[in-house]
Amino acid sequence: MGAGHGRTDGLYVAGDGRLHRLPAEAKIVATVGYVVAVVATPRDAFWAFAAHGALLLALARAASLPVGALVRRLRIEVPFLAFAVFLPLVGTGPRIDVVGLPLSRAGLWGAWTILAKGTLGVGASILLAATTPVAGILGGLDRLRLPRAFTAIAGSMVRYLDVIVGEAERMHVARQSRGYDPRWLGQARGAAASAGTLFVRSYERGERVHLAMLARGYTGSLPRLCAVPATAGDWATAALLPVAAALVTLTANLR
Amino acid sequence: MAVHIPDGLIEGGTSAGAGVVAATGVGVCLRQAGRLLDERRVPLAGLTSAFIFAAQMVNFPVAGGTSGHLLGGVLAAVLVGPYVGAVCVAVVVVVQALLFADGGVSALGLNVANMALVTPFGGYLAFCGLRALLPPTRTSVAAASGVAAGFAVVLASLAFTVEYAVGGTGGASATTVGVAMIGVHVLIAVGEGVITALTVSAVLASRPDLVWGARHLGPDRSSPAAALGLGSAR
Repeated sequence: MGAGHGRTDGLYVAGDGRLHRLPAEAKIVATVGYVVAVVATPRDAFWAFAAHGALLLALARAASLPVGALVRRLRIEVPFLAFAVFLPLVGTGPRIDVVGLPLSRAGLWGAWTILAKGTLGVGASILLAATTPVAGILGGLDRLRLPRAFTAIAGSMVRYLDVIVGEAERMHVARQSRGYDPRWLGQARGAAASAGTLFVRSYERGERVHLAMLARGYTGSLPRLCAVPATAGDWATAALLPVAAALVTLTANLR
Repeated sequence: MAVHIPDGLIEGGTSAGAGVVAATGVGVCLRQAGRLLDERRVPLAGLTSAFIFAAQMVNFPVAGGTSGHLLGGVLAAVLVGPYVGAVCVAVVVVVQALLFADGGVSALGLNVANMALVTPFGGYLAFCGLRALLPPTRTSVAAASGVAAGFAVVLASLAFTVEYAVGGTGGASATTVGVAMIGVHVLIAVGEGVITALTVSAVLASRPDLVWGARHLGPDRSSPAAALGLGSAR
């Protein structure tokens, strides 16, 4: 994972700010805390959602992240916007006319909830992934006491992700350069044959990797990633985000 | 294609409940996977997870030039067994949420439960049922895995509907959402089924010994290795 390029680094943007240097476990817990606070926000407290968003923007600016590039990453939630569009059309209860369309009031609220909370949630995840290298996130999960086998499997997955995805892309180019341009499901055999080959190659690579690990003295467990664990000060710094978000949510609920 | 549930669609309590179910389920699967794969599980399961991630990027045609992509839950279960398969899909879902911001962090339990538990196990049960009814041939294994994969996609949309009925915040009735979700997923299921069947049959053609769901077929007498009296290429 030393190579700082390609897919294995997820959304990571190199940097050396306070946010980048915070231990991953503190940031993961802070992200979860923040998202829980966002989800618990009453849907009609528009100012509270603005405040939640401002918190994220402030952190992104403080970490000198390219906000524009991160905002483009929000595209990932587009499938759910389709779901959000669908709700007002089929929602229950009284309807209101919006430019000639009778839309369900409850459905509109539902769409707004998904749009606001979903976007803030994706924003928080993007912030975590942009300021924490992959190895850091996996080490953080390890220190949060996730089962060792799980983090080790995730570690070897992301280590070979570029290799396997690269192989899939080369197969795609090979198919296309041979004129494969399927239009109907009945013509999917070529793509499926590639997927089958990809599995065989991945599995055989796994067997070779295992033998190579044995040759290097692997006895069934990987050494713990020895990063410096979070100090009380780190936890306190990381807690600023969820505590601020929780205060916003509490205030919104008290009204 | 609504597969990754975002934050805010299902309220907090239901998400937390699903989180407990998901953590328990994946814990059990890890223990079972450990028994089956011993220390080889780390690299093999890791590479299988990387394969599932990559396979989700393989686009297949749906109709008239539109394309969809594989979800791979049942494919993983048929290829490496339901326990290892479930662990691999769970790893993929967690990595997608934390490293690629795909799927809400507070909905992680829901997403793991739907994609890594309901899909592989529901699909694998259907696969075993069909396999028992069909003659023991490779074609049967491929066909059973395809039908099971399609069935599991619909099952996952049903699981989503139940979660929505319990804690949904959408403002539309669970029946309406359920009918729409299941309707859309029946279409997705056809593609998932066809691709899964074709992929399994492609693996069966080159390395039948790697297909967990075809172990009952026994060693292949027609392969060159078997003809020379060699075991599988482990």
